[in-house]
Amino acid sequence: MKKIYPDARAALDGLTFDGMTVMSGGFGLCGIPENLIAALRDSGVKDITVISNNAGVDDFGLGLLLQTRQIKKMISSYVGENKEFERQYLSGELELEFNPQGTLAERCRAGGAGIPGFYTKTGVGTLIAEGKEHKEFDGETYIMETGLVADLSIVKAWKADEQGNLVFRKTARNFNPMMATAGKFTVAEVEEIVPLGSLDPDCIHTPGVYVQRLIKGDHEKRVEQRTVRQRETA
Amino acid sequence: MAQEVKGWDRNQMAERAAKELEDGFYVNLGIGIPTLVANYIPDGVDVTLQSENGMLGMGPFPYDDEVDPDLINAGKQTITELRRTSYFSSADSFAMIRGGHIDLSILGAMEVSENGDLANWMIPGKMVKGMGGAMDLVAGVKRVVVVMDHASKSGDPKLLHECSLPLTGQQVVDMVITNLGVFEIERGKGMKLTELAPGVTIDDVKAQTEAAFDVAV
Repeated sequence: MKKIYPDARAALDGLTFDGMTVMSGGFGLCGIPENLIAALRDSGVKDITVISNNAGVDDFGLGLLLQTRQIKKMISSYVGENKEFERQYLSGELELEFNPQGTLAERCRAGGAGIPGFYTKTGVGTLIAEGKEHKEFDGETYIMETGLVADLSIVKAWKADEQGNLVFRKTARNFNPMMATAGKFTVAEVEEIVPLGSLDPDCIHTPGVYVQRLIKGDHEKRVEQRTVRQRETA
Repeated sequence: MAQEVKGWDRNQMAERAAKELEDGFYVNLGIGIPTLVANYIPDGVDVTLQSENGMLGMGPFPYDDEVDPDLINAGKQTITELRRTSYFSSADSFAMIRGGHIDLSILGAMEVSENGDLANWMIPGKMVKGMGGAMDLVAGVKRVVVVMDHASKSGDPKLLHECSLPLTGQQVVDMVITNLGVFEIERGKGMKLTELAPGVTIDDVKAQTEAAFDVAV
């Protein structure tokens, strides 16, 4: 089976439908599947539930899908960089479910691993715990969280081979590996597709079994907060 | 007219917080004043900084020509790697946090209660940014140190009997460092003032604190 598709639009063909759930990798604007997000926008699919740690910024990343009102609900841990998000949420146009970041990561990992629920200390005694099962282990209270799966996961990696084995780069890895495992279909976009045998099998982060379709994208890789130090002049 | 009591400034608070670092510690620093703690790591103390987006061994900000969009910290700022650096997924990152492998978390707060409850993520109806990794950090890291101004910008106390804002964690704070001094909180035993910033009196602290506290300076 050939996994490589010519472009993002072709890679999403037949995978989108109104009311679907989409996982989108990335942390802030780092390691986001920018080509696939744009293709999702262009597909016109509506009422999407998006699972993503963040919501992009107003004019890039998932912010593009907020501008066009294609998102019905977000499951995220932090959305502070996006003014349009805040406006749509406060006016009641957008549903929002906040998850603690580690709980969100683990829910994706669990979903992809066939684990329907797990217990965590995170959020005990807070709003997050309301309505959730509480259970004691060794005198400590934990709450139950459920695994997450998606109709479609879109992820960004650095390199892939033709089998869809993925390698990520630096902190652009973030949520991508777990989300790749938790999609009924997973589409990956990468900076480079290399021939079979050129990735070290010991250094593959995401095995190709999780990746159904693959594209090589062009990446703007926008920097959200450029922080630098000055060289001391001699 | 009463003179405004200042105590420590932001950098001095960070410098005081840095004294909580021990050799060999793995540490997570929050955004704001906690980030400044990295500038005051004492000589001879070797610490490894964790960034919860998926990195151990965080280096300083890059020079202009070193900026790498694939290399950011949890505050989305560009950073650099060190020779000791490792990268991992967000699931692995929070496994090490939740699993108690990180020694110390230093973070900011809006409110702290006398029993160690912490509120720092939400103002209902006003601020909807999200908790990010804060709930996981305070629930999982071995020791939690809060660094914050003693009172709000409008002069209201931030050390309270009970937090009025939604909690980030219940009975999770071990120490609070403010511009006026240092408080230790022991689970079930309440809060005690253990240090005063230079020029600050116990009465100054009492005047700006709602929480009950013992004095052990």
